[in-house]
Amino acid sequence: MKANWIAAALITGAATAAHAQQTVFMPIVIEVSGNGAVSGTNFRDGALMAIDEINAKGGILKRKINAPVSDTQSNAAISRAQVQKAIDGDPYVILGPVFSGSVKVNMQLAQQAEVPQIVGAEAAEITQMGNPYVFRTSFGQQMSMPKMAAFVANGMKAKTVAFLWVNNDYGKGGRDVFFKEMAARNIKIVADVSTESGQVDFAADIVKMKASNADVMFIYTNEEECARVLREARKQGVKQPIIGETNVVSQKVIDLAGETAEGAKGHVGLTADAPIPAVQAFTDKFQKRYKYVPDHNGLKGYMGVYAVKYATEKLGKFDRKALAKSLHGMTITPAQEPGILIETTWDDKGDIDRISFLVEVVKGRQKVVEILPKLGK
Amino acid sequence: MLLWQTSQTINFAQGEFVMLPAFFVLAAMRFGELSFPAALLIGFVVAVLVLGVLFKQLVVDPILRHGVLPLVISTLGLAILFKEGVKEFYSAEAQGFPGVWPTTNVTIAGAVISAQSLVIIGVAVMAVGVLQYFLHATRTGRQMQATAQNPVLARVLGIPVERMILYTFLVNAALVALASFLVSPIYLAKFTNGELLGLAAFVAAIVGGFNQVRGAIVGGLLLGIVDNLVAAYWSSQYRAAIPLFLLIAVILWRPQGLLGRAEERTV
Repeated sequence: MKANWIAAALITGAATAAHAQQTVFMPIVIEVSGNGAVSGTNFRDGALMAIDEINAKGGILKRKINAPVSDTQSNAAISRAQVQKAIDGDPYVILGPVFSGSVKVNMQLAQQAEVPQIVGAEAAEITQMGNPYVFRTSFGQQMSMPKMAAFVANGMKAKTVAFLWVNNDYGKGGRDVFFKEMAARNIKIVADVSTESGQVDFAADIVKMKASNADVMFIYTNEEECARVLREARKQGVKQPIIGETNVVSQKVIDLAGETAEGAKGHVGLTADAPIPAVQAFTDKFQKRYKYVPDHNGLKGYMGVYAVKYATEKLGKFDRKALAKSLHGMTITPAQEPGILIETTWDDKGDIDRISFLVEVVKGRQKVVEILPKLGK
Repeated sequence: MLLWQTSQTINFAQGEFVMLPAFFVLAAMRFGELSFPAALLIGFVVAVLVLGVLFKQLVVDPILRHGVLPLVISTLGLAILFKEGVKEFYSAEAQGFPGVWPTTNVTIAGAVISAQSLVIIGVAVMAVGVLQYFLHATRTGRQMQATAQNPVLARVLGIPVERMILYTFLVNAALVALASFLVSPIYLAKFTNGELLGLAAFVAAIVGGFNQVRGAIVGGLLLGIVDNLVAAYWSSQYRAAIPLFLLIAVILWRPQGLLGRAEERTV
């Protein structure tokens, strides 16, 4: 009887080991609920779509991707616990999170375990802390804010700006870079309005912005809050142009804010409405599968998975350290890997460089006004 | 406040009660493919049934006989259930909610005021007026007041106390549904909305006076004005603390609230 039990345990163990060898573990640690749910679900859905496509074609190096999703609840402490749990499962890479505050507290864990982490975060300092295992899927603020500042100075011809920002790592990081850029261009910040993550009432904040008589209003907060700001701005009859970096013109904000988003302008690193056939094909596929238009985070999740696939296949083996090393300085073109959609380069810090877009909200969609070249070109 | 007066019910899920009707409407539009006005009507009816009738019969009646504290804990649990239920079965993301009025603005004496805000103020004033008329000028309203003041004597006088208490729950449910439909176009519909709204309502009721309807109105207005003035002219970072300072000050110096009356109880 005892021998039977031992045999059963051995068979089960062998089967589990065989399954583990047939799959590659790439957990998604992401904001499925809480204030970051909009960003997180887009990132997750994009990543899962890429994973299903890759698995349908046999996986990476003939191993299918196993990507369970765990929810950080948009909470930095919970994200750290979830990343620890993911590391305990011996992952090849970790996908996510998106919130900068969460990435800042959990990236050391991935670094200590030498697990590459493909994140959606944008706070400038994330890639300036010497972590060789963290890789962005979008511009850091040090890359995007100069583009936005140039747009304020040259495109909008503004002399004064009212700046509304969210008081978290993402907001503070963006504010610091933007203020530096404005000072360099001799543009005055006439209202510096700090708001809270999850805030619902922006009446007083818009009163302050309006009272400043700034040439433009710059909104730098998370998606849901952006939508509430736009609705409040319309309620108060704001006449100044409303601009922002990525979120304020993202598709989710447009959907939530409705007609009040019309005319908002901004810079986006990625857009589902980019006039690029591969991106449009992605958007169609995504919309068909999930019944909503993806925002930039959907693209980030999708391209992040394909970057891992391409780099791994180039290495010819599953080696976390080698993967991290090879991604630094790597350029992936759509000709090499169609899933990357747009030519993308990672520098020695894990920062990304690719073309980007100036957009305006027209009839409920992003309309690309100008394509900005890669910084490295 | 109505519930407290008639049935000694303290409902800590009141914020979630305001959050929920918006999701009834959204669900009717999404799954029932109804037009917005039809969904609004369905949402209202479902809210009155679920948050009025079912709340009273499934939660309050069986638990209240064990005392106020078990009921308080139950409503705290109910708040979590509603919140997590909406998150699980609808979405964790904020949802756009159509406005009952277009987002146009009117200029009055140089000040730009949104038509939506005017509609909200108008509906709120009308709701308060109708409620006051109902409570003071109708036979049923006076019976409800009598039930609130002394249920034992009211029963002796032949007032159907149980039915009056049920009416109070229905009125409460109708008011939270109305509040939900007015506030959701601005705040967006989200499962966490109840936390903020519940706290604001509770503080307003304490500040104004827990045993007076007009006290709650004054408390709500005061809270809203102070909150916005502080955020606009002092610091938006401290705005969340101001209502709590107000609450502490009132509890210290006028525990019955600004317009409330002191009550004596035998313990």
